[in-house]
Amino acid sequence: MTQKKDQLMIAGKAYQSRLLVGTGKYKDFEQTRLAIDASGAEIVTFAIRRTNIGQNEGEPSLLDFVPPDRFTYLPNTAGCYSADDAVRTLRLARELLDGHKLVKLEVLGDPKTLYPNVIETLKAAEVLIKEGFDVMVYTSDDPIVAKELENIGCCAIMPLASLIGSGMGILNPWNLQIIIEQAKVPVIVDAGVGTASDAAIAMELGCEGVLMNTAIANANDPLMMAGAMKKAIEAGREAYLAGRMAKKLYSASPSSPSQGLIS
Amino acid sequence: MNKATSMNLKINGNIKSFDDSSMTVEGLVMKLNLLGKRIAIEKNGMIISKSEFQNITLQDGDQLEIVGAVGGG
Repeated sequence: MTQKKDQLMIAGKAYQSRLLVGTGKYKDFEQTRLAIDASGAEIVTFAIRRTNIGQNEGEPSLLDFVPPDRFTYLPNTAGCYSADDAVRTLRLARELLDGHKLVKLEVLGDPKTLYPNVIETLKAAEVLIKEGFDVMVYTSDDPIVAKELENIGCCAIMPLASLIGSGMGILNPWNLQIIIEQAKVPVIVDAGVGTASDAAIAMELGCEGVLMNTAIANANDPLMMAGAMKKAIEAGREAYLAGRMAKKLYSASPSSPSQGLIS
Repeated sequence: MNKATSMNLKINGNIKSFDDSSMTVEGLVMKLNLLGKRIAIEKNGMIISKSEFQNITLQDGDQLEIVGAVGGG
């Protein structure tokens, strides 16, 4: 009865959790850590920014609350609007994390919508992969771009469900389905998930995982929402693996026996 | 201020003056209370590895970026 474990494989490493979380918009580091724990996430993403010069010696930093022996770090390029800036940021991240290779590439194209610039993203991905990075890439839900990014060598394709921080859910499940169908690397929905049902739908579509930040951090009760997301991801995954029944307008076969009715 | 005994560095976009004519990157890291912190440093566009902090001497006018990890999605 040895059942093959259902694990998320990214760049050769296995993960039990299919929920990846961001670390922004929390009240403090303590709440960040508690939310990550409640979510069960193993992969945690964060941004790279100028250090506050003139800080106190004992001032805590985010990574003190997210110990590397328990979590896989995923430095990202949030806020970058060009391939050059993104590549520069991730080179710094690699130095910061002593040669760490797994990164989230995201190149934005518009400060108002935060829509990704896929042209710059493709350029950056090419450079980073040549330099030995394992690139999980944020992109639009364009199947052709997704395929190109996979061909370049990205280790996970991460299309948006809807715009970053919008909580609008999955706006184009059909495109996602095409991306999932054609991909040989994990497809992880990144951005736009608003509540647990959005995450469950992403998983039911066949996504290998979901990355989210605002949906948890901006909930009235972030810790409870983190737990809800964990369950939604697990439920959605199991429903996907179980294979849903066919949809039909009505059924001539009731669930209960048609024999033995009293008369 | 005597020019020979001080230097200006542009750190994270701001000019900072130091009363030293010569200082290593490690010396600067100590002065900024960043010793032992998870940071990465770029000097004039080139990343300096941590193992080189004690060997590389800063010069007047050097531009430095000092970065760390912050919350983000």
